[in-house]
Amino acid sequence: MPHPKTWLKVCPQGLYCEPGGFFIDPTRAVDRAVITHAHSDHARPGHRAVLASAGTLALMRARLGEGPAGLTQQALGWGERLRMGEVTLWLEPAGHVLGSAQVAMEYRGSRAVVSGDYKRTPDPTCDPFVPIPCDVFVTEATFALPVFRHPPPDHEIARLLASRALFPERTHVVGCYALGKCQRLIALLRGAGWHEPIYLHGALAALCAVYEQQGVALGELRAATAAAKDQLKGAIVLAPPGAITDRWARRLAEPVVALASGWMRVRQRARSRGVELPLVISDHADWDELNATVDEVGAPEVWVTHGREEALIHCITQRGVRGRALRLVGYSDEDDEGLSEEAAA
Amino acid sequence: MIAFADLLERLVFTPGRNAKIALLRRYFASEPDPDRGIGLAAVTGELAFTAAKPGLIRELAAARTDPELFAWSYDYVGDLAETVALMWPGKPTNAAPPSLTEVVETLETAPKSELPGIVAGWLDASEPSVRLALLKLITGALRVGVSARLAKVALAEMTDGRVAPDDVEEVWHGLAPPYAALFAWLEGRGVRPDPADAPVFRPPMLAHPLEPQDRVSLDARDYRAEWKWDGIRVQLVATPGGKRLYSRSGDDISGAFPEIVDAMNFEAVLDGELLVIREGEVAPFADLQQRLNRKGVTAKMLRDFPAGIRLYDMLFEGSEDIRPLPFDARRARLEAWHARVRPRLMALSPLIAFDSIEDLSAIRDDARAASIEGLMLKRGDSAYVPGRPKGQWWKWKRDPLTIDAVLMYAQRGHGKRSSFYSDYTFGLWREDGELVPVGKAYFGFTDAELAMLDRWVRNHTTARFGPVREVERAMVLEVAFDAAQLSTRHKSGVALRFPRIARIRTDKPAAEADRLETLMRLVENRAAEAGAAVA
Repeated sequence: MPHPKTWLKVCPQGLYCEPGGFFIDPTRAVDRAVITHAHSDHARPGHRAVLASAGTLALMRARLGEGPAGLTQQALGWGERLRMGEVTLWLEPAGHVLGSAQVAMEYRGSRAVVSGDYKRTPDPTCDPFVPIPCDVFVTEATFALPVFRHPPPDHEIARLLASRALFPERTHVVGCYALGKCQRLIALLRGAGWHEPIYLHGALAALCAVYEQQGVALGELRAATAAAKDQLKGAIVLAPPGAITDRWARRLAEPVVALASGWMRVRQRARSRGVELPLVISDHADWDELNATVDEVGAPEVWVTHGREEALIHCITQRGVRGRALRLVGYSDEDDEGLSEEAAA
Repeated sequence: MIAFADLLERLVFTPGRNAKIALLRRYFASEPDPDRGIGLAAVTGELAFTAAKPGLIRELAAARTDPELFAWSYDYVGDLAETVALMWPGKPTNAAPPSLTEVVETLETAPKSELPGIVAGWLDASEPSVRLALLKLITGALRVGVSARLAKVALAEMTDGRVAPDDVEEVWHGLAPPYAALFAWLEGRGVRPDPADAPVFRPPMLAHPLEPQDRVSLDARDYRAEWKWDGIRVQLVATPGGKRLYSRSGDDISGAFPEIVDAMNFEAVLDGELLVIREGEVAPFADLQQRLNRKGVTAKMLRDFPAGIRLYDMLFEGSEDIRPLPFDARRARLEAWHARVRPRLMALSPLIAFDSIEDLSAIRDDARAASIEGLMLKRGDSAYVPGRPKGQWWKWKRDPLTIDAVLMYAQRGHGKRSSFYSDYTFGLWREDGELVPVGKAYFGFTDAELAMLDRWVRNHTTARFGPVREVERAMVLEVAFDAAQLSTRHKSGVALRFPRIARIRTDKPAAEADRLETLMRLVENRAAEAGAAVA
């Protein structure tokens, strides 16, 4: 049985499955790519053939355009087996954003799973993570420090609504990235009983439409840009993190500036962003979820793609699991500010 | 503890005054006694714990966490209490988080040796935000960013106008945590607490700035004039119940000025200016600053920066409230009392003789001593009324000094101004052609001017450092300030008092802005050595 390190390799373009002839989430244009999810650091434009979940392909087309999203596009349903060269490949949900998938590969009896970005907390806007037993588990480590334990998202939404009740004349503007976090916030707000129209920054509208086409109901959404200041009194407005304290926000009524991100757990991060109401809501696994997932898939060896790998490897080594840091470059949560648009996890 | 932790977390991130008041009000209105009273004491700094030291937190962390994981986490978070609060591996427990009251009572009574176990148990029963509040509280490091005055305004707001903040002020220092009688009064369930003999703070009477249009209508005969000293205004309260020195905002600063408190061997409430005074000479404000914002004081500081008082009003003589008397009568009482009691370290602030407002104007223009900001005008018949009654007292600051400086850096503001580059660092040319920063100003401009400066900054940025932008050296700002003083803390060697943007000089090329030496000639603590060159 060949060890996965002999057939799954780190190349300048990213992870390459040699006997299958494809890259996973390559950071530059390649001939054949398998894409875990549609965030721009994982789904780059210009590949010839792209294989992904139907949700991911729909999002890629909306963001990149029909051609740049892949000259030939193949959608694969959850658990559907596909032969690629000498490799059997299938996708299972990763629970990160709509369409996000783990890539499972089998080659001569040896199995590796690339998780992409993932989380274990239930999310009404995407299918839940499915653990797959394997020989090598390839994981992210964005929040791999024990200080990152995300509270239940409902708790954070309740804090937002409590603030709205205390300051009913002020706009509550929540910074969130356009793909995933935005729609999840809307779904969480709806679930918590907020049925007022939710106002959106222009950059968020297009992907909300894709979510709705994919069957995720978001309720009444309105363009914040078109709204009068009076209308925005007491409203909840969603906008990209870069806009919430910048000129765009001047249209809002005495805004309470909130930001939804796992990084908000650390006070200094919130303070340096000028955030008044930090909301700890993340689309990545926290410390406990990372460790629990490693235990659950039972792999004797774990590779860490990006993030704070040293703490995770230190910890799993003590449990007898071999750890290896791949140090893949080009995934944007390496950006330590963590708040460039999509890394605002 | 949950509501208190939530309050702290919101206060820490909330820039706006009104929002802070709303958060405090909600907390006071919704929490039960005695918890809310202890919370009130905690935010106003009345509770100070020394039972637990940071070392205790370190030991707890070492016992429960992996040293490498702890080191990486601490390195990332940068704050010990926060690191432990976030990474604390709770043991499953059915215990509820402790109430504030329980925490305070336990800390007062528990033997030191039992503290680590007790604190660990509390941490197990709590969420991260409660753990953080707890650790900050027991190590005496809350730092909430709320003044005592703000808390009193929030307390008064609970009554919807029935009780004014100044009313709360008058009883405040006669009360102690958990303030049950105070809350009962505010909620209409009890009578106003009687401070009796306690040395409470009385809200001071304040002055309006004297604008040119006000000046023409003044009749010189109605007014008395005093120097406006550049120190801090204080209230000296000595009663049979104790002796206190209060700042203008009602903060108890007795601990920082023990020599003043020692000299208060009388029964009276006095209004005056706290200054550093060496051999009868009043030193510049920078010297007094060395003594401010400290809990205690060293022998060396007492020697190097000796404090003194210039008295200008009397509120109580003995137990008699003389605030309703006219200024002239109070002044006579003060003078007679001073001559009789002769308190150490306290001199009368003299009345300035004048015949007309023009006369006074000339006196004001000549007053360029470092320790004088201008003049005070007080109606001879004015009763001592808290707050800022119209037409009674005027402050008439001397005209500001100005320099034409070059904008160097701009920083984003806070709260309402967070989308604007509203904090401006400006510099002057040194002889060698280098531009050196001399100060920072963030007010003085209109909204329209702010919008214009913000646009200019964005279009002329040469470098960015987080929230700060460096800009082209092309914008000249006329900066007004009250005084320039030597400073070792500033790169340029000079510090400005109350710098503000007076005008935007788009008409002036940057190369023609002022030189550093021009500013140095205006420096006051240097002028003292160089003779009266400045005047």
